[in-house]
Amino acid sequence: MSSALALPRAARQRYRLRRVLTEAGSVMLGVVILIWSLLPVYQMLLIALDPEEGEIEFAGNIWTPEPSLDGFRDVVTQEARYLEDFWHQFGNSLFIGLLTMFLTVLIGSLASFAVSRMRLSKGSLLTNAALLTYAIPASFLIVPYYQIMHTYGLSNSLWAVIAAQVTFAIPFAILMLQLYASLIPFELDDAARVDGASPVQLYLRIYLPLMMPALAVVAVYALLLAWNDYLYQAVLLSARNMTVSVMQGQLFTDTDAPWNAMMAAAIIYVMPPIALLFALGRYVVAGLTMGSR
Amino acid sequence: MSSTQQVLAAGRPLSVKGPWRPPGHRHLRGSDFRWAIAFVLPYAAVFFAFVIYPFGYALWMASKPSLYADLIADRSYLPTVVNTLLFVGLGVNVKMFLALLLSGFFMRRRWWIRALLAVYVLPWALAAAQACLSFHWMLIGEQGLIDRLLLELLGIDGPLWFNNRWLGLGSNIIAYIWKWMPFWTVIFLAARMMIPRDIYDSAEIDGATGVRRFFHVTFPLLANLYLICTLLSTLWTFGDFTTVYLVSGGGPHNSTEVLATLGFHYAFDFGRPALGVAAVMSALPVLIPIVIVLMRRLQTSEAQL
Repeated sequence: MSSALALPRAARQRYRLRRVLTEAGSVMLGVVILIWSLLPVYQMLLIALDPEEGEIEFAGNIWTPEPSLDGFRDVVTQEARYLEDFWHQFGNSLFIGLLTMFLTVLIGSLASFAVSRMRLSKGSLLTNAALLTYAIPASFLIVPYYQIMHTYGLSNSLWAVIAAQVTFAIPFAILMLQLYASLIPFELDDAARVDGASPVQLYLRIYLPLMMPALAVVAVYALLLAWNDYLYQAVLLSARNMTVSVMQGQLFTDTDAPWNAMMAAAIIYVMPPIALLFALGRYVVAGLTMGSR
Repeated sequence: MSSTQQVLAAGRPLSVKGPWRPPGHRHLRGSDFRWAIAFVLPYAAVFFAFVIYPFGYALWMASKPSLYADLIADRSYLPTVVNTLLFVGLGVNVKMFLALLLSGFFMRRRWWIRALLAVYVLPWALAAAQACLSFHWMLIGEQGLIDRLLLELLGIDGPLWFNNRWLGLGSNIIAYIWKWMPFWTVIFLAARMMIPRDIYDSAEIDGATGVRRFFHVTFPLLANLYLICTLLSTLWTFGDFTTVYLVSGGGPHNSTEVLATLGFHYAFDFGRPALGVAAVMSALPVLIPIVIVLMRRLQTSEAQL
């Protein structure tokens, strides 16, 4: 009788041991992920908190001996070298980012609405054509873009960068919107049509509100695309129209730059997308998991 | 038939071919058709002005055969092709595979894993130029944070990362994975959340747990999405300029350049735009088939995210 009881007990113990091991393993993995994700961020913070502008950050400290916020102060007051126009450049970045976001959502949702909800025949042709955009990666087209923007009279204009970013953001937007639009029942549209709604009303009253989560995903994607871009802003813009990305990339070879202020500027620059990510976070999560309902 | 197979066979109506059409579907009538065209028009304009025209322009610029002779003659071209293939091949595949595995980890329902996810997506939100510069400083040599940590913790003298072609290339790949893995992890996480719970339940009854559950249930369901994402990411990564330009800077002696940065140098540093375009266009024989496969895949699986 005791042997009959012993078996399930051993099994239970084995089960418990496995659970403890899994838990320990996932905690270890969590620590690895934490270090992996934060190390470069820590490096930025380390340099930003350095009181000296110059060589100290190259001394290989694991923690700054005297952390100070001087770097951040220099950014806010625009006192350091390279940072004389920081807030103007920040404004340019913001202008490019927000307009790319807005235009991508607007143009992408209109096209996707016509194809998926209005049953435009040969609609898949549009999706395929859009995908063709990715046949030549964005950075490969920089030289033709440089020439073409001259033709369009957009050289050294923020609109040139916006046009390029929107062009490369829309195919992904259309793809995502198509996938999600197929989850909204057509009966809704049909009922509205019976009540005499026009296509514009369908778009504004039914499509846009119901697609909110997917639109949030697309918006975040478009903003981050523009925010992450370096090449297009570097080549298509110059001097007064410079953006934060370009200003910081220029310093790659300059070991004499005020690095603490530069890294403080970098930390300030990364704030808007993070704010947007957290503001729209609920929508993004809902948008990405819409089908699970 | 086991219960798992039954659920797999019956419980997955998502991948029906083509979009669903209501019964009695007719063609668009007059005014509706005009509205539909009006809605598509803005994108069509963008497409012709900023896709067709630049593509044509690029192909025209790169059409002279002598350019390709010049490329082959340039000693830095062939190593660059090798670098590009290694950067894309290793970078994309390692990133995608790790993202797929980690998305499983983030499925666990623990409060601290939720919090960790917020930290984990930080690299995606961080601007590429700044993140790459940060990697550059971390690896700058014995004064960099990494070598310093190696010395303090393990007592090893770290290498000069950017003085060696393979270490430089490896640094680029690591920085690339760091930056883009979170995005794809989120995509896979969303897809995993869409897999109905009951599939797992019946798989468990059939004895598929742990590793076996991953290979026999999760992976087959995600395989199509995994392929689509990998292809898309491959296309995007061929064009990754920022990582190489700002992490290793192409050094030492241009030995870690990829096609995107080499083309940039030809065009803007050596004043030979046509050669720059030809350099990047030489990747087309790899890119075009990928796009075609991608289109086919998407058509057969419209609704399967």
